[in-house]
Amino acid sequence: MSEVAIKVENLSKLYALGQIGTGTISRDLERWYARIRGKEDPYAKIGQTNDRTTKGSSDFVWSLRDINFEVQKGEVLGIIGRNGAGKSTLLKILSKITSPTTGKISIDGRIASLLEVGTGFHPEMTGRENIFMNGAILGMRKYEIQRKFDEIVDFAGVAAYIDTPVKRYSSGMYVRLAFAVAAFLEPEILIVDEVLAVGDAEFQKKCIGRMKDVSVNEGRTVLFVSHNMAAVKSLCTQGLVLKNGTFDFYGNQYQAVEHYQSSQIASSSFIHEGDIETAPGNQNIRMLRFQAKPLNGEALSISSGVQFELEFFNYKENINLDVTFELVNMDEVVVFHHGAFVSKDKDSKKTTYKITGKLPPNFLNAGNYRFNLIFGENQRFGLYSKNDIIQFELTNESFGTNSKTLPGVVRPQIPYEIINL
Amino acid sequence: MSWTEVIEPKSKLFDLKFKEAWHYRDLLRMWVKRDFTATYKQTILGPIWFFLQPLLMTIMFTIVFGKFAKLSTDGLPQILFYLAGVTIWNYFSESFTKTANVFKDNASIFGKVYFPRIIMPLSIVTSNLIRFLIQFFLFICFLCYYKFSGNPSVQPNLMILITPILLVIMAGFALGAGMIISSMTTKYRDLTFLLTFGVQLLMYATPVIYPINSLPEKYKLYVMANPIAPVVETFRYAYLGTGAFSWGSLMYSFGAMITILFAGVFIFNKVEKNFMDTV
Repeated sequence: MSEVAIKVENLSKLYALGQIGTGTISRDLERWYARIRGKEDPYAKIGQTNDRTTKGSSDFVWSLRDINFEVQKGEVLGIIGRNGAGKSTLLKILSKITSPTTGKISIDGRIASLLEVGTGFHPEMTGRENIFMNGAILGMRKYEIQRKFDEIVDFAGVAAYIDTPVKRYSSGMYVRLAFAVAAFLEPEILIVDEVLAVGDAEFQKKCIGRMKDVSVNEGRTVLFVSHNMAAVKSLCTQGLVLKNGTFDFYGNQYQAVEHYQSSQIASSSFIHEGDIETAPGNQNIRMLRFQAKPLNGEALSISSGVQFELEFFNYKENINLDVTFELVNMDEVVVFHHGAFVSKDKDSKKTTYKITGKLPPNFLNAGNYRFNLIFGENQRFGLYSKNDIIQFELTNESFGTNSKTLPGVVRPQIPYEIINL
Repeated sequence: MSWTEVIEPKSKLFDLKFKEAWHYRDLLRMWVKRDFTATYKQTILGPIWFFLQPLLMTIMFTIVFGKFAKLSTDGLPQILFYLAGVTIWNYFSESFTKTANVFKDNASIFGKVYFPRIIMPLSIVTSNLIRFLIQFFLFICFLCYYKFSGNPSVQPNLMILITPILLVIMAGFALGAGMIISSMTTKYRDLTFLLTFGVQLLMYATPVIYPINSLPEKYKLYVMANPIAPVVETFRYAYLGTGAFSWGSLMYSFGAMITILFAGVFIFNKVEKNFMDTV
């Protein structure tokens, strides 16, 4: 039987854009006057969503609009969405840092949120003092921290430095200590915001392990906001996708990640039509065409290989021009970051260049990929760069009798040599 | 189904969340401790500054107002007179100034984690109380010196028993007024500039560097309308034996303090929920 831990109803949050200061007193009075007459806020226009690319007509924006969802006890809910989708706002409201404009959140259980690790750390105080300070800020009583103290120090691996001021710590030690305090909190509901993006790979693994522990073994509810799709998939049991402050999708973690990824960017080819001057770029570079297609066969798959073609117009003459291709998979892992020299002897021309690159068959694993481009001078100065220009999907092909997508960033064919000794 | 907590746009007017604040009492204690250890780290004189600060101020007042301006001190030794004023006044002014900046100074912490915000002003008043006690000890040393060297004008009396009440009034004023100002500075930063000036002005409007008895009759009423004035006068009356003291004016002070404190808590409560959006 499951019980509801968090219930969010019609949650909305209005933010003011632009400068706050001049004229606010008169505006405040106007709003206040409208309110006592029972009218709508004259400065908030209804129905305006949070789309950052177009400038709205009002100075206020709905950072969250009519969000409804429920989280069951013991569930790990991943909240995903692009920057500006309202994830952070939602977390801030849930952790009571700011209050909603409308709506209601009902919570059953003690809640602790980690929007940052090491809040309240004072550089002059020792590791020991900071553990107690930080724990107290997060709502722990002194005896609770005392009981967990050894575990925290052990987890952070800073036993030798525990009575040294944290300003003498390396940044890695500092972060580890900070996370360790948070990891041993004992709330019924834990809210985590991308704190896993800190520390080295080994420590990140430790953190993810600890979070799994919290949810699986200790049966606590976790809300997790991340851009790391791999972490969401491995950690969460449910996923919520937000888009421009509104509800977009709710389902299990795989469906949610899938939904998010497919809605991100569309096309596997970019072709500019019309004047060069209007193409994406700047006074140095204009991008005209970028396409990915199969090297062999009709469709992109693991064994088809990928041929990518880039056409661009270069304005900068007599420089060493280079173009870096960056391939990113859907777990935000950079598969490669590799450059091509367009001109090596300071002899670039004001002309259209075409670069073709080939990725061999049986190299990349199945999945979605995106290309980022960086144009540079002398491999040092950026001339123009753009992310997510195209995306493409490599379909899976069975390996032996296994037809599932295999784990791994790459899926090479390795020439094994097998000898019977 | 019963919820542990419900988050809604509006809160009750005087939702003080005492129970919640009580849960965070360890945090209060740690803020106070941290305030002390952190303030004087990497200073050569360390905690001696606690004594030095009021002492230097007193010496300055003695020279400027006592020797140059020749203001009356009601026949009391100048050092003792100014030290008494400075000691009790500092408790108010430091608590007030820090409380008034509480949102601005702690924006980075408040923006990342929730705890009952009232903990912060409370910890300020508490740590300043300890600071006051240290400075009060200094004052008592001077008092004893003058008393036992046989100065006839120094007459401590039983009124010293109401010292705790005086401290409560000062703390209440500092909290209340500080919370009002801090709530308003989240939006209107201009107030921060006025604050330092305002505190100084208030000091001159309070009989810290002059006894109220030295004022012409028509100004007396104005100064006594300042609800902090009776506290300072009573403090001096209790320990030094001279000063204008009446239960009536003390009651007036107390009443004003309660009013300001309630207003402060009310506004603070209203602002704390959304201040992150404007600060």
